[in-house]
Amino acid sequence: MNGAVFLAVYLRDLRLAWRRRTEALLPVAFFLVAASLFPLGVGPDPQVLKLIAPGVVWVCALLAAMLSMPPLYAADHADGSLEQLLLAPDAGLAVAAAKAAGHWTISGAPLVVAAPLLGLLLGLPAEELSVLFMSLLLGTPILSLLGGVGAALTLGLRSAGMLIVLIVLPLAIPALIFGAGAAAAVDAGQSPSPHLSLLGALLIACLVGAPPATAAALRIAVE
Amino acid sequence: MNANPLNGTPATTSPSSPLPSLRLVDVACRRGDRLLFSGLDETLAPGELLWLRGGNGRGKTSLLRLVAGLSAPEGGQILWGDAPTRRNERFANELVYIAHTNALKDDLTAAESLAFLARVHGRDASAPAIRAALALLGLAGRERTPTRSLSQGLRRRVALARLALETAPALWVLDEPFDALDVDGTATLHALLAAHRARGGSVLLTSHHLHLDAEAASAGFRVLDLDLLPRDAALLA
Repeated sequence: MNGAVFLAVYLRDLRLAWRRRTEALLPVAFFLVAASLFPLGVGPDPQVLKLIAPGVVWVCALLAAMLSMPPLYAADHADGSLEQLLLAPDAGLAVAAAKAAGHWTISGAPLVVAAPLLGLLLGLPAEELSVLFMSLLLGTPILSLLGGVGAALTLGLRSAGMLIVLIVLPLAIPALIFGAGAAAAVDAGQSPSPHLSLLGALLIACLVGAPPATAAALRIAVE
Repeated sequence: MNANPLNGTPATTSPSSPLPSLRLVDVACRRGDRLLFSGLDETLAPGELLWLRGGNGRGKTSLLRLVAGLSAPEGGQILWGDAPTRRNERFANELVYIAHTNALKDDLTAAESLAFLARVHGRDASAPAIRAALALLGLAGRERTPTRSLSQGLRRRVALARLALETAPALWVLDEPFDALDVDGTATLHALLAAHRARGGSVLLTSHHLHLDAEAASAGFRVLDLDLLPRDAALLA
């Protein structure tokens, strides 16, 4: 992998996000607004809210991550930057990894930070909050990596935004189950370790598999 | 910069062996279900400039993309010396491809945009080198201007400033490089092309403008007219 390309793309994406701060904050704003609608929809019963809180937080995080996926490669494709990036020696993997890392830093990390606040609002106890935080710390990079594959596969297509969601959501179901299940296990008096371990294994699998798949899809998209 | 790009000074980063020739062997190109051309045989040696001509839709940009390795030919081979250009690390290091899109980000400054492209392609991205390259293209004082605030001509100059960062012989593949340039910009580009050829670099470019008169009289200037190539009906789907 071309380390110089990885660093250049990652730092450039952070710089671009900093210059478009309002745009970069939209996914976390969606996350907070969407999750705060649940008490209004299902009622204010603390027991019900506590029961559904891990699932609510995880589903909202998943949807918020998807919201920021369509522009991941589209802007670079439109202005010719993507062609330039792929022409650099051994750059496909580096571009895919850097874009996923940038997406997580810009969109995923704020969700991880905001999640305990939402959990608190929904009545989760402290020990479940820490597990929820851990599960999102492991799970949101999975969403960024899978989202990168979806964004690359749908590059240049009409309705790419909706297609990304349709491609990625089914792939993200295991992460959702193990992520929400970790906090639920604590509530049931069980250890969250198996869930977190499986989430870690999923993350490793995505780290190994997603960048080559994304790089291949990008090469097809620019042809 | 390691060397003045306009005086043909030998580069300090010269490759271990001389620049290979670009060889197109029986190349055919298809876009969708349309065969744009076939049977293209051409060699571009170091120091040569090949002006690619042809009507709209004849495949000039497609040929440049084939040469750059962004797409695969329908038939034939594109070689860098004796090795295929695709997945060829040496070729990737010795190629400068500037498309008709400028590959600039509206939210980055001219200097940041150029430094990013230089870094990605392993060229000198130090602040003095970037400043000098932009100054050469007439952008002194605009280094910190966001590219969104630049005119189309100035944006083209930022994209072409990559050429001023080049110090070693290389293959330049340029898609309509004269577009949007004024008289000064055109003269600067001519000077860059001449210096590049003088140090053993080769150039493949397209242009609908008649700005290449100055080059036409020089040795190694050739024209390839795609309108004269056959469109082989037998290969059509």
